Amino acid sequence: MSNYIKLIALGLITLFAMIATNYARDLAYQVHAIIIMLVAGGLFLYTLRRTDEPVVAAGPIQQEYFDSVVRYGVIATAFWGVVGFLVGVYIAFQLAFPVLNFDWAQGFANFGRLRPLHTSAVIFAFGGNALLATSFYVVQRTSAARLWGGNLAWFVFWGYQLFIVLAATGYLLGGTQSKEYAEPEWYVDLWLTIVWVAHLAVFLGTIIRRKEPHIYVANWFYLAFIVTVAMLHVVNNLTIPVSIWGSKSVIVWAGVQDAMVQWWYGHNAVGFFLTAGFLGMMYYFVPKQAERPVFSYKLSIIHFWALIFLYIWAGPHHLHYTALPDWASTLGMVFSIVLWMPSWGGMINGLMTLSGAWDKLRTDPVIRMMVISIGFYGMSTFEGPMMSIRAVNSLSHYTDWTIGHVHSGALGWNGMITFGALYFLVPVLWKRERLYSLSLVSWHFWLATIGIILYAASMWVTGIMEGLMWREVDANGFLVNSFADTVAAKFPMYVVRALGGVMFLAGSVIMCFNLWMTVRRAPAKEASLTVAVPAE
Amino acid sequence: MSKKVKKYDDDPNTTGHSWDGIEEFDNPMPRWWLWTFYATIIWGIGYTIAYPAWPGIQSATAGVLAWNSRADVVADIAAVDEANAPINARLIETDLTEIAADANLNSYAVSSGAAVFKTWCAQCHGAGAAGAKGYPNLLDDDWLWGGTMEDIHVTVSHGIRNEESDDARYSEMPAFGRDELLGKTEIAQVANYVMSLSGVPQDASQVEAGAAVYAENCSSCHMDDGTGDIYQGAPNLADAIWLYGGDYATVYETIYNSRYGVMPPWNTRLSEAQIRAVSAYVHQLGGGE
Repeated sequence: MSNYIKLIALGLITLFAMIATNYARDLAYQVHAIIIMLVAGGLFLYTLRRTDEPVVAAGPIQQEYFDSVVRYGVIATAFWGVVGFLVGVYIAFQLAFPVLNFDWAQGFANFGRLRPLHTSAVIFAFGGNALLATSFYVVQRTSAARLWGGNLAWFVFWGYQLFIVLAATGYLLGGTQSKEYAEPEWYVDLWLTIVWVAHLAVFLGTIIRRKEPHIYVANWFYLAFIVTVAMLHVVNNLTIPVSIWGSKSVIVWAGVQDAMVQWWYGHNAVGFFLTAGFLGMMYYFVPKQAERPVFSYKLSIIHFWALIFLYIWAGPHHLHYTALPDWASTLGMVFSIVLWMPSWGGMINGLMTLSGAWDKLRTDPVIRMMVISIGFYGMSTFEGPMMSIRAVNSLSHYTDWTIGHVHSGALGWNGMITFGALYFLVPVLWKRERLYSLSLVSWHFWLATIGIILYAASMWVTGIMEGLMWREVDANGFLVNSFADTVAAKFPMYVVRALGGVMFLAGSVIMCFNLWMTVRRAPAKEASLTVAVPAE
Repeated sequence: MSKKVKKYDDDPNTTGHSWDGIEEFDNPMPRWWLWTFYATIIWGIGYTIAYPAWPGIQSATAGVLAWNSRADVVADIAAVDEANAPINARLIETDLTEIAADANLNSYAVSSGAAVFKTWCAQCHGAGAAGAKGYPNLLDDDWLWGGTMEDIHVTVSHGIRNEESDDARYSEMPAFGRDELLGKTEIAQVANYVMSLSGVPQDASQVEAGAAVYAENCSSCHMDDGTGDIYQGAPNLADAIWLYGGDYATVYETIYNSRYGVMPPWNTRLSEAQIRAVSAYVHQLGGGE
């Protein structure tokens, strides 16, 4: 019966997409309508062929963990990671050598089109898939329950991939609402909302049917991430489409209110997507890999509630010295600084979990990766509050210092903890005894670490330099440097930054090879236990 | 996958929870962490009392320090304006040609003019004033509309071929090819002739034929010898300096379609003192007459 409802729905979507293709007012919309038409049409045929086939009884499979979707999530994470890093390296070279904005590729592959592709690929495709995959893995293991909702988890996974493809192609074809980290246009936003609510349902459903008496701390963070991102996404994307047949839409907020909503969203994308979500990852994989208990339960409660309460107010520090009123700017700065210790609570709990197991740093490069990620987390959560101080911000704002700050967080914290989780997950998910090669993990570790250091250091230098050059005035109060002078002065640092990116990319390619060989070559693990049972 | 966590003798107690083998120690929060957290909260309360912070219905608290970012900017700008007011007045009163003679005034004019140039002019003429295709190089002594202080002052004030200023410098070269004033053969001939004026060796028969076309169509503005006319903004064609390019294809294109370079008037955006300053800056770059 459900197949017939599915067939009707898919048929209608396919038909609507065909009409939309015909009436499309712009290229991005037209290409998206074709993509949706092909996806819905393909699913229609697939469902049609399976209709009225005898249904295989579910049987004991319902007792096992739902790991196939996690395996796909791991593959997607690695794939989008390499794509995102590659685009990042390319645009880094475009900044150093503008000739790489080829004339024949204008309007598709110039810096302006590729930059949102890079940020979204890394944050939402690489980071988002890592969060999807690990949240599905962790919530099952720590709840001792199979994922709730049956194939809904598959819908979340594939629906999210469709969102990524629509967003990425939209950027290249010019379909953007020009809000940083929220560029996709209205229909892509609507689709993401549906997928995200399904993600929430799967996650909450699994927690509700857990067999453990308590909810593990990692799940608090994952849940905060899922709920808050839903709220941020909806409020920041309240737009009115110009036409149902076109990608363009108009935001309901105006002027400084729009800017404030945008940075409330933008900063909490950092706070709840890149911090809370990844802390959830950290709270599971670090104790597992170290085989040590979490350092302090009390600390995890206090820093969790303090973090989610304070983060949501910190957005105005992105708008110091703008049309934003001074009072809002002050509050944003104060909440950012009070946020310092709650952020560090996660670092302390992560690092101190290793006390008693520090010797593993010498022997286990995966632990080393996790430790350096926590180190970068601590560094960027100190740097962030510092940069939110008005006096510091008046120098650092609009400079490459911000770019360096973001990347020490994204490459160092998000990247490294995800790599650690992938190295943990692949042997478990593919039932292997161990990784294919620990020395390749070491290679990845050093390439990535040196790459990040080159990146962050060059951006600190160039950021502070250009900040000082911009504000330099002579004795009569006249500007000393033109903007073009500051751009010219940054060239050597831009080259160093791009080389750092090349090293980071090379490390991730080595990781993909290592994970692939683990699946293909590493010895299989005998009689692994995948049935959901409570730990105690 | 429930694996017992190794227990060490000096371990603190755990909370008794366990998830997938993960336990939690019942450690207290580190004191330094807690006290630093309290300290930031107390500092935050104090800071929000000192500075504008808490919103009400109509307005927000102003803070006991009465700090205001907009007032700060206004005060800073006023302070600089006030400090420079006497010398700006002198710059406006002094005859344009006399500025260079007054060392003090000239040094002020050039440094403030450099700042004006970097903010408003560098986008087209380059940060170093070397120009680009279609945007004249201001470092050399080849001037389209004249290189004296007065000439530069007029050009900066009113601009070139713009709609905004009635006093803008104006002239228009005919599009000889597009408007079918000359055939393609004739344009090719005159292009060869013009290039030969700068000493680029060309086919002699083409040059000879081109000279006749030139005398008929071009010499009234660019002069018989090709040295141009600053009163019409007609470029010197004999000095090997090219605004759009001196290769055959570009010269041909220029004759065929003509050119129409535009510069905005600056007297609507800059003060008289700023215009005089940037004129002095440009004048002393190397080519001032």
